[in-house]
Amino acid sequence: MSKFKPGGKKDEPEVSTASLPDIIFMLLFFFMVVTVMRESELKIKVKTPQATELTKLQEKSLVNYIHIGRPTKNYQEQYGTSPKIQLGDKISDIEDIPLFLENHKASVPEKLQFKITTSLKVDSDVTMGIVTDVKEKLRKSGQVKVNYSAKKRTEDL
Amino acid sequence: MARVRAKDRLKNEVNAGSMADIAFLLLIFFLVTTTILEDSGILVKLPEWSEEPPEDVQLNSRNIYSVLVNSNNDLLVRKTPMAVRELREDTKLFITNPSNDPTLADSPKQAIVSLKNDRGTSYNAYMEVYNELRAAYNEIWDEQAQIRYGKNYDDCTKAEQKGVRDDFPLVISEAESTNFGEES
Repeated sequence: MSKFKPGGKKDEPEVSTASLPDIIFMLLFFFMVVTVMRESELKIKVKTPQATELTKLQEKSLVNYIHIGRPTKNYQEQYGTSPKIQLGDKISDIEDIPLFLENHKASVPEKLQFKITTSLKVDSDVTMGIVTDVKEKLRKSGQVKVNYSAKKRTEDL
Repeated sequence: MARVRAKDRLKNEVNAGSMADIAFLLLIFFLVTTTILEDSGILVKLPEWSEEPPEDVQLNSRNIYSVLVNSNNDLLVRKTPMAVRELREDTKLFITNPSNDPTLADSPKQAIVSLKNDRGTSYNAYMEVYNELRAAYNEIWDEQAQIRYGKNYDDCTKAEQKGVRDDFPLVISEAESTNFGEES
């Protein structure tokens, strides 16, 4: 009767690798829950500043996003290096903002339209000139609820 | 001869290595196509647009707290330079005016904070200043809510919050930007 080889198990692996995929699945579930499908690829670099007086945006469907920043390396020959506005997935001009707002408004039921907020995601290094122009355009289009996107500041000033 | 029967063998038939490969693939897919969305920021209500130019206000009358940021990101408050970290306390002092200083606001209801920046000011500097001004108001509201109702402003009912806000209205008026240092 020799079910067991003398000298212990030398050929079979000691560590069971069946638990390895479980660890990976855990990481995967974490990412699936915490992240959101990126809506559109950002052609501009946007690093938002830090602030302390933050409010969370509640209803995602009632928010439209305006990104302002300098074009990334790949797009620099095409668009230059000065700050640009990105609405949706393409780099646009200030004059395109009213149409963009109207399109988004059309997807929101009329009763809730007054709740629409525009989230301005602006890079920290951008100068105020273009931001002031965008704000003026928003005011002219009647869009007064604005949210300056920012990260929570951890250190003191 | 002892025959080892199939059911006596406790062998792990499934190769777990390929399961890990599938999981890695899915993980890399998610890492590439998603982002951790940040959806918080400073909520602001812009003034409505009107075609008439705003009335000229005397920049240094008693009830006006003028804050200027130039294209060098320096801060000038009521014609004296100031560091950003001092702005919050100074603004609170101006609005509440506990010692009834004649150079500070008459009453909190009449206090107006006027913010003016240059087109060349960096957005970061603007946000720092705006954040401090908002923080000053939020702290005043918190203190008032504590005095009146014994709880934080956020824990008060809508009516109580409105009461506090009516006595200490948030008035941050943004003037037309100057244009000394805009980048081309």
